[in-house]
Amino acid sequence: VVGAGGGSNDVQWCFSQVKGAIDDDVAEADIISTVEFNHSGELLATGDKGGRVVIFQQEIENKPQCRSEYNVYSTFQSHEPEFDYLKSLEIEEKINKIRWLPQKNAAQFLLSTNDKTIKLWKISERDKRPEGYNLKEEDGRYIDPNTVTALRVPVFRPMDLMVEASPRRVFANAHTYHINSISINSDHETYLSADDLRINLWHQEITDRSFNIVDIKPANMEELTEVITAAEFHPHQCNTFVYSSSKGTIRLCDMRASALCDTHSKLFEEPEDPSNRSFFSEIISSISDVKFSHNGRYMMTRDYLSVKIWDLNMESRPVETYQVHEYLRNKLCSLYENDCIFDKFECCWNGNDSVVMTGSYNNFFRMFDRGQRRDVTLEASREGSKPQQVLKPRKVCADGKRKKDEISVDSLDFNKKILHTAWHPQDNVIAVATTNNLYIFQDKVN
Amino acid sequence: MINTMECAVDAQSLISISLRKIHNSRTQRGGIKLHKNLLVSYVLRNARQVYMNEKYAEIYRMQQYEEVMTVCNEIQELNPLDLAEDCEEQSGDCCGNDGVSEPASLCCALLPVSHLTAVQSAHIQAPSACSAPLSLQSDDVCKETEPSFYRSCCAEAYPVSNWDFSTVNNNLHCNKTTVLDLDTHVVTTVENGYLHQDCCASFQQCCQGAQSPAKKRKVDFEYYISDIEEVPDFTPCKRAKFEDCSYANSEHLDTSNISNLISIFGSGFSGLVSRQADFEQALNGQFCSKQALASLGAWTRAIVAF
Repeated sequence: VVGAGGGSNDVQWCFSQVKGAIDDDVAEADIISTVEFNHSGELLATGDKGGRVVIFQQEIENKPQCRSEYNVYSTFQSHEPEFDYLKSLEIEEKINKIRWLPQKNAAQFLLSTNDKTIKLWKISERDKRPEGYNLKEEDGRYIDPNTVTALRVPVFRPMDLMVEASPRRVFANAHTYHINSISINSDHETYLSADDLRINLWHQEITDRSFNIVDIKPANMEELTEVITAAEFHPHQCNTFVYSSSKGTIRLCDMRASALCDTHSKLFEEPEDPSNRSFFSEIISSISDVKFSHNGRYMMTRDYLSVKIWDLNMESRPVETYQVHEYLRNKLCSLYENDCIFDKFECCWNGNDSVVMTGSYNNFFRMFDRGQRRDVTLEASREGSKPQQVLKPRKVCADGKRKKDEISVDSLDFNKKILHTAWHPQDNVIAVATTNNLYIFQDKVN
Repeated sequence: MINTMECAVDAQSLISISLRKIHNSRTQRGGIKLHKNLLVSYVLRNARQVYMNEKYAEIYRMQQYEEVMTVCNEIQELNPLDLAEDCEEQSGDCCGNDGVSEPASLCCALLPVSHLTAVQSAHIQAPSACSAPLSLQSDDVCKETEPSFYRSCCAEAYPVSNWDFSTVNNNLHCNKTTVLDLDTHVVTTVENGYLHQDCCASFQQCCQGAQSPAKKRKVDFEYYISDIEEVPDFTPCKRAKFEDCSYANSEHLDTSNISNLISIFGSGFSGLVSRQADFEQALNGQFCSKQALASLGAWTRAIVAF
């Protein structure tokens, strides 16, 4: 089975936990829309369509036999539905992306965004409270000063741990179109936000202004041919970022070159295979996610059917291409009719960039081991959810000759899709979001 | 569940599905999604192109059948013996097809309508300007070319770049069929239902951009284009000049030349256009009820212009 490390250290993925409602009747507000580990991996944040953020914390276990579990740490309402009166448009509260800031002090900070507004949240712990006020009772009522006969100094006393989330900054009114990405710069001071046509650069402390660094809006909107689909800062070079487009191209930009980065420094594009041309070629070539590798040498892109690894030094074609679910190529008509062809799958790297992961349908997710050139398909389902139960590899049968334990393409449930996955920055722990459940899998600990 | 009959979806249903999606997007919560609508507009454009081409091809086929029957009647009046000799001379040159023997009577050699389709003459890298060889091709070739002409579904390719008749620059892979109109003696080129009158704006561009499938022409043929020697390829541009002076040029013709031409084309005519006006009228008639398609351009622009 595929995992980090190589050779004989094959990872066996085991079920660890599942979070969320059990029943099949999914409330729309509970649909998970983003998943993100923080930089240490101790915290795992999810956002949902209802605008809520739930943060899980890994408990430090003393037992060496099993890994730590993730338990709810904090829950808060990040965004509410809004109404744009000028355009008569409702602004969805759905959380599109969460990004953690690097930790600077005891508190944790994250950015969460919906279609229009980005918010900086501070998550802090409170485990003691002041007691012994002279003019206030414990329940908060004021004491008549005339009744005070002696003075005392208030002291801190321990209390049950309380986790508070408070919005520290609100970055609003900078995006005409729908925000699809936020990315924090390695300078720890700035971050970018990208919508369909523009990318803005913000300072984390300043909310009333941002700099526009990319603008691909044509003078005449009738000439629009492509939109921005994702953007990310380079993990080490604070001047470099990339953005992907609906045409399947990735542009790398250097902010030192000019104030407006409409002209790219590098353009990554693979020529289309003319034999695969179809009605839906434009749709399936649209890139839904772009992620730099941790070492900053590569980037990965996800389009509808494949995952591609690009070497930043080579623009002409990817260095690796992995087919996620090629058996869907003959089904594009139906997938267009039921809108599944517009699903935006994300992808992620493991800690040492040796394995990449992405989701598929039927609650399947796929891992590709770059070094060993192997791939595996696993399933996130309640049936395989006994503690420490090893996940069994799945196989989809593309032709009619279905073997035992294989699943035919026509049996796949296209309502069960895994769009969001995350990999712990150091360990073999993965978080996989089905529609409204979050699965946590870990490698088998012997 | 996924429909296993994937290839049954045709361009027209894709168009209606796409328009429905665009319409529904206006009432979706959160406002119109620019990205999704842009992608839908691409599908709409692709489906529209295929649909229009199919329509043109269909009309072309219908026209062609009628013309063939007309020509057949006219040929009946000619001396069958003269024609037979010419046919035997030319048979070896016509598309190098081996298995077909020239009939004594051209009229008899007229193939069933099913073969006389507006399939691309790209296969006709012919030594002659013989467009008719299409009809002399084997069944297999014909069947093979038709699917590649346009494939309605996901899995298979179709030459998108050929089918953008909104520009004239996509003629790099023009599939042209050369036809002779026996009524007017006008030699025209038709591109598989894409009438080159649509690109009449810039014939020179067509000429320069196009690869000619009919480079090696019969010498007999060339006197027709005596005033266009500088253009080596038989491309749509010639039609413009022919239109200008075709009727004047017809004075060059005499009976013997006509018979030569007939023999060159053999027994099958892959397409004939009798009257420009007639054809256009036919087209208009076909499309007067399909105004939505004609205005699709405006549709696709409208959905992104907000």
